[in-house]
Amino acid sequence: MIWVLALAVWVSVTAGVYLTLSRDLVRIVLGLAVLGSAANLVLFAAGRLGPAQPAVVPLGETLLADAANPLPQALVLTAIVIGFALVCFALVLVLRLIRDAGTDDALALRYAEPVPSDAVKPPLPDPASEPESPK
Amino acid sequence: MSALVISPVLVPLATAVLTTLAGRRPGIQQVLSFAGIAAFLACALALVALAAADRPAEAAFGGWAAPFGIQFLIDRTGAVLVLVTALMGTASLVFLASDADTGPRHPLLLPLVHGLLAGVGGAFATADLFNLYVWFEVMLICALGLFAIGGRLDQLDATFKYLALNLLGTLLLLIAVGAVYAVTGHLNFGALAQASEALPPGLATLVLAALILAFLIKAGAFPLFAWLPASYHTLPAPVLALFAGLLTKVGVYAVLRTLGDVFAPAPELLYEALGWIAAATMLVGVLGAAYHWDMRRILAFHIVSQIGYILLGVALMSEAGNAATLFYTVHHIVVKANLFLIAAILWRLAGSYDLRQIGGLYALRPWLGVLFLIPALSLVGVPPLSGFWAKLLILEEAIAQGRVAWTVVALLVSVLTLYSMVKIWMEGFWSPHPDPQWRLPRARLWPAYAATLGLAAVTLWIGLNPQPLLTYAQAAASTLGAH
Repeated sequence: MIWVLALAVWVSVTAGVYLTLSRDLVRIVLGLAVLGSAANLVLFAAGRLGPAQPAVVPLGETLLADAANPLPQALVLTAIVIGFALVCFALVLVLRLIRDAGTDDALALRYAEPVPSDAVKPPLPDPASEPESPK
Repeated sequence: MSALVISPVLVPLATAVLTTLAGRRPGIQQVLSFAGIAAFLACALALVALAAADRPAEAAFGGWAAPFGIQFLIDRTGAVLVLVTALMGTASLVFLASDADTGPRHPLLLPLVHGLLAGVGGAFATADLFNLYVWFEVMLICALGLFAIGGRLDQLDATFKYLALNLLGTLLLLIAVGAVYAVTGHLNFGALAQASEALPPGLATLVLAALILAFLIKAGAFPLFAWLPASYHTLPAPVLALFAGLLTKVGVYAVLRTLGDVFAPAPELLYEALGWIAAATMLVGVLGAAYHWDMRRILAFHIVSQIGYILLGVALMSEAGNAATLFYTVHHIVVKANLFLIAAILWRLAGSYDLRQIGGLYALRPWLGVLFLIPALSLVGVPPLSGFWAKLLILEEAIAQGRVAWTVVALLVSVLTLYSMVKIWMEGFWSPHPDPQWRLPRARLWPAYAATLGLAAVTLWIGLNPQPLLTYAQAAASTLGAH
């Protein structure tokens, strides 16, 4: 079972890295989401698979035969919720970027860091990207 | 004292909720925001007093005792950093009342700032590794909101880069936390400290390297700092000062907490690697700053450079090194935030952040020049300012341990830092303004002066009277790694 999980982690990390290295913004976000799933699987496997001792057994109670450690499951749940929120934010951000910039190519997004035209000096700031100039 | 220990999270979070509810009434929102930060400051002072009296505030939540429930424990190290967090929050909220590059007043601006403070406070308060990850995520989502809130195209572009690279960092952190749990069976710092002693060195190196790498992404260390200079300069000044002061330092604090406290003594290879990473961070950061002419971008690269000094203190793997790290962190947060705020005043008066387009301020505002020189020379490390003592402590320990290469790099970087600061001084204050039509504008700057003068006073106070902070830092370091 652990090898199946390891294979799943391997496949999702590979797919996630491949997508994240793409130039397409939506693919980058999807890649990060897939990488997040891989991280969740690793976290899940940290609690050992199958029968294992739970983190805490109340005094006087006995352990069920096939109990699994519940703590990593709680951790994975937390991580899924956080990851979901971040992916939602990222998708809205990408939609807004595509609408405003008219491109989904990461290499074309040079608004924060314009390409230098001079080999020695950085470009002068673009008035449109500066904060509203003081009057 | 369990009520006080959650105050670094509870007070800013409650303020965030209240300011959100008051979003339609800017006046009430402003009052709530100031009340919230004042309460935070008071709680932080009480926490420092408790920690200094060797009665650190602590609490375990959910009805579970310490190693199982999530624990908050604010020792000396955490308490002083919470205090500096509250101080930075106060400075940037006061600065927001001026009209020097404060950006559009979005109704969610103040709630997000307080949310960010809650994330930072939680990270300094928690004694649980997974909980630390959660606070990093709280900081990340609030930071993303603050980036995107302006809605300019360059800000959205910066948001995406910040998001993608930081998300990779948090995912790596999540995997590393899972790995730590898998090999030790614990997440609580105290329990981890005991469990890690039984770890085989090879396994400990592997797991800790992943953990430290994730923290180094957050701290902006070489070669993982690309997200920082790509995005920071698009923020409005008060938020930028808050980010510059606090966010990377949480990453540094996490490195100190893991390598200097919980897992100390970790395998030596990790400290050695951290030392070389620190030296490279210093050098690359300062060289990046030398290339730029935009004040915000120069200062953003200096954040990276200074992170190197702080990491060097951790890499020295000694009590004196840890004390120096804490001293340096406190000094650096104050100075760095102040420099960004003063740069915003320059922008307001002279019209641009680009040094090629401004000048002539010394003739008209000589005292602003003096105000700039206090944090600038402190960053360089000129005596008797706070940076001198911070660098002295780190370099003294580095020389005592015979780390000649690291010492030489640190001294060289100081000189190059001086170059950057002199560049800002020469172009912004000394040279004439390139536009002959330029006149000093009328501006509402007194809140900006109040904030920057307050921070400069802190710098001067640490510089002229370093002993209280030094004694405190040494006492804090003596409890780190003692388990």
